[in-house]
Amino acid sequence: MPDTIQEPLPAATTTAAPATGRFIRRFTREQRYLHAVLFSTFLGLAGTGLPLRFSESIWARGLAGAVGGFGAILYFHKFCALVLSVAFLIHVKEIFTRGFARREKGIFWGPTSMVGNWKDVKDLLGHMRWMIGLGPKPKFERYAYWEKFDYWAVFWGMIVIGFSGYAMWFAPFFAHFLPGWALNAALVIHSEEGLLAILFIFSIHFVNTHLRPDSFPMDMVIFTGVESEEEFKHKRPMEYARMVKEGKLEQRLGEAPASWFVNFARIIGFTAIFIGLTLLVLTLTAYFK
Amino acid sequence: MLAAGKLQAQTDCLACHGDKTMQDAAGHSIAVDGKTFSDSMHGGLGCNACHADIKDYPHPEHIAAVDCKTCHADQAAALMGSVHASAKDHPCTSCHGDAHSIFPKTDARSAVYPLNVPKTCGTCHSTDGMAQKHGLPSVYPNYMDSIHGSALSKEGLLVAANCQSCHGSHGILSHTNPKSPTYKANVPKTCGSCHARIDADYEQGAHGHAVATGNLKAPVCTDCHTAHAILQPTESAFRMQSTPICGSCHKDKLSTYRDTFHSQLGSLGGYVETARCWDCHGAHEIHGAKDPRSPIAPANLVVTCGKCHAGANLSFVQYQPHANAHDRKLNPALFYVRLFMNLLLASVLTFFVIHTVLWLVRSRFDQVKSRSVKGGDNA
Repeated sequence: MPDTIQEPLPAATTTAAPATGRFIRRFTREQRYLHAVLFSTFLGLAGTGLPLRFSESIWARGLAGAVGGFGAILYFHKFCALVLSVAFLIHVKEIFTRGFARREKGIFWGPTSMVGNWKDVKDLLGHMRWMIGLGPKPKFERYAYWEKFDYWAVFWGMIVIGFSGYAMWFAPFFAHFLPGWALNAALVIHSEEGLLAILFIFSIHFVNTHLRPDSFPMDMVIFTGVESEEEFKHKRPMEYARMVKEGKLEQRLGEAPASWFVNFARIIGFTAIFIGLTLLVLTLTAYFK
Repeated sequence: MLAAGKLQAQTDCLACHGDKTMQDAAGHSIAVDGKTFSDSMHGGLGCNACHADIKDYPHPEHIAAVDCKTCHADQAAALMGSVHASAKDHPCTSCHGDAHSIFPKTDARSAVYPLNVPKTCGTCHSTDGMAQKHGLPSVYPNYMDSIHGSALSKEGLLVAANCQSCHGSHGILSHTNPKSPTYKANVPKTCGSCHARIDADYEQGAHGHAVATGNLKAPVCTDCHTAHAILQPTESAFRMQSTPICGSCHKDKLSTYRDTFHSQLGSLGGYVETARCWDCHGAHEIHGAKDPRSPIAPANLVVTCGKCHAGANLSFVQYQPHANAHDRKLNPALFYVRLFMNLLLASVLTFFVIHTVLWLVRSRFDQVKSRSVKGGDNA
């Protein structure tokens, strides 16, 4: 592959001493907290939702028991749903405050926005060409197209799963404005979209973000908020170039994460991945039984 | 020792047989407890009322077996027509106990006193009992754990059904015999001899009508409640076991029920509150949805659903507890919703699985190449 740009690959994790010793900030404290709340409630929802979705499977009763019994399972599911709903609403409010009240640039458009643009289409096609050895690797900006997809998949999933879930929870109330068949559809939508979310997160997101060779075994940036300058440059060359050009790289410098915190985050992260992969295996066994 | 001559009374016989250690040549006890015998049902009779071949003393070494039917002809006739006809395997004493201590069935000392009946029958009809050698199931433990068995053994409730309440006593017939009280078509009347109101309800309902008109596929009491291991219907174990029983005939209804939240939560075990078949359809007096007496008749739905769903209204009860998302004609909206969700799931996953696999292979390839160029991991 002669036209492939061969850059020195960073060491697998962010903690290996970087050549420059500099760390670049990628996520704010709020964004990291949001991710933590998101994945812990998501694991809770998946762990309590799957035994219901596959209630006839051999492991459903055991898993329901492990969660606290068939009686506790719905309460736990609803509790996680409420926490996640609140986190979602806080996030939406944050977007509106930054985008409309503070008129912050780069929320709805531009290279730092989560909104898809023409470059994402070109990046997707270019990335796939690169994968089969037909072109150079695209230079990704702050959020690559698969990261935007992850974000919007979760955003859409929250609305769809959340709305159908609340419609079932408060069915007599929702029946005032919804037709009867919508209550039937709510379960189909809720369980299929939930299944999609579970399969997607526990296979695609895990691999794309954490388990692929560039990040293996885990991309710690969502926990620590910072990544080494080399990793930043390698993974998001376009953003790096823009920072250098605009002279903003210095502003983005962050502190090296404390080693105890990295270890703590590793334990949490690996636990989450382990639970997720276990649930994935259970789901697949029930689905293809 | 007695003087030779005519034997007149029990006292004459008990002079020898009152000795508790007395045995025949084969070593079997031939002792009789005079006190117990005189208290017993037959205490007023002379010994030779039954042992009729003994008239004089000394009597022969071998005497004829006592034949109860000499007096109890009706019972013996009933027994001969029953499943216990073979006299060798089922002598009267196998149920009534020792011939010299037979008490009336109202006496607590009797083996056929209501509280003693299950134990008496259980001697054979239990695990490792005689009945199992004939391929019959062990029913005694099931009965003892049942609501009847515990009423009888724990509360000492004399009216609680014991074996003979349903099966009869001397003239017990196989459940395959149309004359048997446990023959399928006769079961409602048999149970109804105590549960009169429920029997009346049942006879009114669709299942009762079907059985009365000779359709023996329709369920009777024992199909849902079982015959021996009858549980309290509010018990979670009963609520768990009964839905598949309804579903063994109503297969399409079971499979569509399985798709609903009612089933999903209910299947996880013991969750008593979720709706099972009879919570909506009624249990004994079941009617079709078009019958205004049915709890699932359109006019009754708000009340029926409202039993669990406080605030259920006319729109809420449009929910279909047996909707079939695979049936385009019956549930078109649901069919297309499911189709859309399935296509979404399949297309997203298919695309990203391909994307991720290609990516993985390419990244790994680059990584290995870059390391080998630069001298491996430690470069």
